[in-house]
Amino acid sequence: MSEKKDYKVIGTRPIRHDGVDKVTGRAIYGADFQITGLLHGRVLRSPHAHANIVSIDTTRAEALPGVKGVVTAQDLPTAEDKMADLGEGAVNLKYLCDNIFASDKALYKGHAIAAVAATNPHIAEEACTLIDVEYEVLPPVLEVREAMEQDAPILHENLRTSSLGETSDEPSNVASHIQFKKGDIDKGFADADVVIDREFVTGTVHQGYIEPHNATAHYNQDGHLTVWCSTQGAFTVREQLAEILQYPISKIKVVPLEIGGGFGGKINVYIKPVAALLAKKTGKPVKVLMNRADVFEGTGPTPASYITVKMGVKNDGKITAAQTGMYFEAGAYPGSPVGAGAMCIFAPYNIENVLIDGYDIVVNKPKTAPYRAPGATNAAFGSETVIDELAETLDIDPLEMRLMNGAKEGDHRSDGPVYPRIGFIETLEAAKEHPHYGSENGKKHHGRGIASGFWFNIGLESSVTISVNPDGTVNLVEGSTDIGGTRASIAMQAAEVLGIPAESVNPTVVDTNSIGYTAVTGGSRTTYATGYAAYEAAQDVVKQMIGRAAKLWDADESNVQFADGEFSSINGKEEQISFRDLSSRLGETGGPVVGRATMNPAGAGGAFATHVVDVTVDEDTGKVEILRYTATQDAGKAIHPSYVEGQIQGGVVQGIGWALNEEYIYNDEGTMTNASFLDYRMPTCLDLPMIDTIIVEVPNPGHPYGVRGVGEVPIVPPPAAIANAIYDAIGIRMTELPMSPDRLLKAMGKI
Amino acid sequence: MPIVAIPALMRNLTDGEERITIQGDTIREVIDNLEKRYPGTKEKLIDGDRIRPGIGVYIDGVIARVGMHERVDSDAELYFLPAISGGQKYGT
Repeated sequence: MSEKKDYKVIGTRPIRHDGVDKVTGRAIYGADFQITGLLHGRVLRSPHAHANIVSIDTTRAEALPGVKGVVTAQDLPTAEDKMADLGEGAVNLKYLCDNIFASDKALYKGHAIAAVAATNPHIAEEACTLIDVEYEVLPPVLEVREAMEQDAPILHENLRTSSLGETSDEPSNVASHIQFKKGDIDKGFADADVVIDREFVTGTVHQGYIEPHNATAHYNQDGHLTVWCSTQGAFTVREQLAEILQYPISKIKVVPLEIGGGFGGKINVYIKPVAALLAKKTGKPVKVLMNRADVFEGTGPTPASYITVKMGVKNDGKITAAQTGMYFEAGAYPGSPVGAGAMCIFAPYNIENVLIDGYDIVVNKPKTAPYRAPGATNAAFGSETVIDELAETLDIDPLEMRLMNGAKEGDHRSDGPVYPRIGFIETLEAAKEHPHYGSENGKKHHGRGIASGFWFNIGLESSVTISVNPDGTVNLVEGSTDIGGTRASIAMQAAEVLGIPAESVNPTVVDTNSIGYTAVTGGSRTTYATGYAAYEAAQDVVKQMIGRAAKLWDADESNVQFADGEFSSINGKEEQISFRDLSSRLGETGGPVVGRATMNPAGAGGAFATHVVDVTVDEDTGKVEILRYTATQDAGKAIHPSYVEGQIQGGVVQGIGWALNEEYIYNDEGTMTNASFLDYRMPTCLDLPMIDTIIVEVPNPGHPYGVRGVGEVPIVPPPAAIANAIYDAIGIRMTELPMSPDRLLKAMGKI
Repeated sequence: MPIVAIPALMRNLTDGEERITIQGDTIREVIDNLEKRYPGTKEKLIDGDRIRPGIGVYIDGVIARVGMHERVDSDAELYFLPAISGGQKYGT
């Protein structure tokens, strides 16, 4: 548990700064945004999952009264087949552009083909029906094993399998192969007393954010482009727009509006460049909104996967070897999260002999996008289910088995790097000590399962400025989109330094012209990295204010100290002044005080979680009901415990949806047949019990308050934990997600 | 001297060696010296003057932030792994 410190603000639960605006409906989201002369855009999407585009004729659409402009891939600058630098990483520019508008091939049902700007959304929609597109329809490939077959339809004739710089000779749907090897895998299995080898399949799942994508773009007459939008990262939108439009980055301003959920799905751009192209063509501001079907069919879900897991164990429970083959669908263009999944799959355990192979495979589905701990949930479904089976085979408590093999500080992760201080064992102990784990669970068709999970967390760049107001409050300016209460968690870290209440910090999320570079709100990085920047900016304020106090007292700065919101002289004449009172005297001591900090911290510290779940299985309907759920997680230090709990609960609920109901259902032509929230079944509060959360605090040495990111790892254990609970209930190992009623009934031999 | 863990798919270039002790005060120097001993390794790890897109360098368990300029302690352990960013990106 945490090293207890006497914090005044950290660890408390103030009301979030943006709370009033959000609960009163005053907060401005992308769909709310209005500007004079606004046109409305609509995107025409491919009805085919795989087709050559023979021709596009926009004549009839352009002739429709009210239509002001039509754009296609021809309006994009010619995209080279080269890697483009997007600050955080490189991308293939042609793939990036082709995903905005298909240039030669439509690679998934819903792939954008053209777009119309008109005086109202209805005319724009009607005009889309007047665009004549001639397709040469090709057979689609929708599953990774089929995509790897010798005679599979090839999506990209120029795509070769890349394997650390080596490329294959023949075209392939396998974009890349990665491998991690540790120890001697053959010896590891030879040393084992029990070896279990299983196969797992997971479905394509969407992040399910409530707010659809949106963008409003406007070119000023001086050539400056402004885009108002919902995004997890205004700066990454700016970078992507600059590359896609081949436009100077200094002439692009991105204004992040409030966001109605992202979960990783609002990092890549889709309609933002489309709005910009339409704005350029028409000379007017253009707003483009997606509907729910657009979101399902035209944006990136998280990949389906096929995973093999083989693990060997001694009779005493010590794991001797672990091997996996991970085959992830990338969607239409390379870039699945198989690398992250491969690095996570055995990460919770200290295993001497490991062999991991990962494959990134293109299929005729939307290009996949990040989703909370990308790749790690797929991975844990396989590994945590096999560990459960190994424990059962050896008659060892599954929690004890994990304790016996759990990774600790100084152990090496299965992909190599050494662990700093981590809290996996502490999450297991917290679960073991919780009344849930010790409670009775012996009823017929009731079962209990546990599973654990790991996610790296990341650092990356953040910038914060803090200006001091005359009344002792401060204005904090940041570039991180507020997701899950990050205005509060960032402001609280500044408040703790300054010795003022959280309410005395006014946090504002600003556009790309108004703050230094700030990476996305993603990777569980914001409270860690932007919070760290707020801490440093507040330290900068304190340093400057010490100078002001010294000036006021005609003292040397080295003789002024600051503690608990009070400046005092520590040498000679006793002087004391509060932060608030000194704030009112800045004019007479040198003028305004503005603190600043930019950070790119390296020590994000990994996050671990262990979950315990009770279920009941209805033998007649196949329905699985969650009876009780307890999630333990190492948060390092919970800055605002309510928001940590909220992140854990949200992650668990999404994991439950992934486990039991959610998947893209395709017909043979590659059309998603459930592209609405009526048919794509996400859990609601009526489906769930209260999710009990246990925050474990093992401070991260890489942050001044010990913060670890918390947003992603809670989605990792649920599918495996629920599968293990189902086995405990009915004695059947489920190896395919979602574990929907029909799959349960089939597994039970009922249908 | 720093130790470099050779990625599994590069070990054909290092005679199967998994861990190699190599001189260098920065990532750049480590890679240059690795290339001298095992030709062909450098181009697998860098593109032009930068670490290849999609590769992250871990030094003693911590991700390097300043690319080729990152300082490397004399007893450091280096791993070249898939880069993890705020969002998985296109391309490989």
